[in-house]
Amino acid sequence: MMCLPLFALIGGLVVYPFVYSIYLSMLSRDMHRFIGLFNYQYLLTSDTFHLVIFQSVLFAVTAVFFKALIGFILAHVMHNIRGRDQRLWRGLLLVPWVIPPALSTLGWWWMIAGSYSAINWLLTAAGMQPVAWLALTGWARFWVIVVNVWFGAPFFMIMYLATLKSVPEQLYEAAAIDGATGIQKIRYVSLPLLQNVISITVLFSLIVTFANFDIVEILTAGAPANSTQVFATYAFQVGIGAGNIPMGSAVSLFIFPILAIFAIFILRGVNRRTREAI
Amino acid sequence: MSGATMTADGTPRWRGRKPSLARERRWALWTSYIMLVIFAFLFLVPPYFELITSLKTSKEIGSGLDPWYTHHPYLGNFISILRDAQFQMFFWNSVKITVVVVAATIVISVLSAYALARMRFWGSQVFATGVFLTYLVPESLLFIPLFRVLADLHLINSTWGLALVWPTLSVPFCTWIMIGYFGSIPKELDEAAMIDGASHLQMLWKIFIPVAMPGIIAATIFAFTVCWGDFLYPLAFLFTAKQMVLTAGIVSTLIHGDVLDWGRIMAANILASAPPILIYAFLMDYYIAGLTAGATKG
Repeated sequence: MMCLPLFALIGGLVVYPFVYSIYLSMLSRDMHRFIGLFNYQYLLTSDTFHLVIFQSVLFAVTAVFFKALIGFILAHVMHNIRGRDQRLWRGLLLVPWVIPPALSTLGWWWMIAGSYSAINWLLTAAGMQPVAWLALTGWARFWVIVVNVWFGAPFFMIMYLATLKSVPEQLYEAAAIDGATGIQKIRYVSLPLLQNVISITVLFSLIVTFANFDIVEILTAGAPANSTQVFATYAFQVGIGAGNIPMGSAVSLFIFPILAIFAIFILRGVNRRTREAI
Repeated sequence: MSGATMTADGTPRWRGRKPSLARERRWALWTSYIMLVIFAFLFLVPPYFELITSLKTSKEIGSGLDPWYTHHPYLGNFISILRDAQFQMFFWNSVKITVVVVAATIVISVLSAYALARMRFWGSQVFATGVFLTYLVPESLLFIPLFRVLADLHLINSTWGLALVWPTLSVPFCTWIMIGYFGSIPKELDEAAMIDGASHLQMLWKIFIPVAMPGIIAATIFAFTVCWGDFLYPLAFLFTAKQMVLTAGIVSTLIHGDVLDWGRIMAANILASAPPILIYAFLMDYYIAGLTAGATKG
């Protein structure tokens, strides 16, 4: 049976840990007592966790919105350019996506918040006061989103560009002959054609961004005062950092409902896309 | 929704004057280039800044002079980090585990994709969908139970523990795109081979793998970048420098050193990012094919 390794892998290292995780999340901190849903109850009444939920939603929704918007604009801009030039620009703009995010975020940190912060240097040079970027709630939230958008927008660009390339040129020419302006072309030709791929990428990215760990952990590690903490970093802090494995499991399991709902819609989108391709 | 419908009544009316097509196109081209320059600039600022920092001495970094430019590029950071025994160990660990995982990933996913795409056994469709769903599962959902699983297997704080869990990140997606590539191979081809008496393994080896080679390359690149860049699993499952891989190693070990050591940290960063960037630079088309293949079955 050729699928055996695959099933062993998925069963042993995805399905089993998932079920195990549900069990773990119902144990007491010392992992000797079964305490049912107490961990969840505790989390849902904890102020810190309210903050985590709020920030995860804010972070994911804002970041995905801007990633999709920038990706959409860039794909159209790129589509206007042909041949070798397009390859060159596409190559340059995909660079943020290619660098491992843990490493590039480290560079961002040094640029934003290091003791010789380059951004503050620019501010000072322009005659303004330096800012303690990552120590202030609003700015810290702003920067984790910026870094996430920087990293993710190229992916959206590539996905939309690939779809745009499959659109027959005649559709745009027909619209242009009818006198459509650029915005009208986007509204009446591009958007309907890209609708499906937009929903797939947005849903997919919502899952990934909700579950993001690298960028937040390296840039702020949840600071200041847990205001940038998202599910993954909080689960790490509680489960691995503080050694409370049951509570940590409970925190990361909160990602699951989001995953489940979006996954169903993604699957529908992918199936529809496949049917269209045939 | 069909794309061609312009307005509800079928007589599209566009507002505004009608510019000449050629002029409009020229204008669009210019705005496009301007936008591209702006975005390319914004996108490339952080990598540029890392490079500049890596070319400075600690003294220059601490001097408060222009952090965005250096008059005297200094290669000492790269030389010193390349000679650093710890960095060499991180690099070797990364290479070792990534190569093992990529090889295992390709074998597992090619075999399973072949079975799922061609042997129409009971439930193969459901399994294919299941594989796709596993690909959507984020690592941050499972790292805590996996921590316990690895501890039970005595594989915690071992690079080989990573070799066990990394395939969960790479195999589902690779299988998924291979199903797509295999599915696009005409059935007549394997029917002909079957009539000639080829076994399944022969068919896979002689027909499917050569024909789907671009897909295999794309899958290999994907598996490589996912493993090489992973940060959460190594950070959660490895503690000692000896076992560390690059991402977690640079972040957790090098930073604790001298505060002004950022030239070296950025040099390490650049060297660690180099393999994915080089692969991308030389195999861009495969890289992009792999990226975009995720959203379709074929």
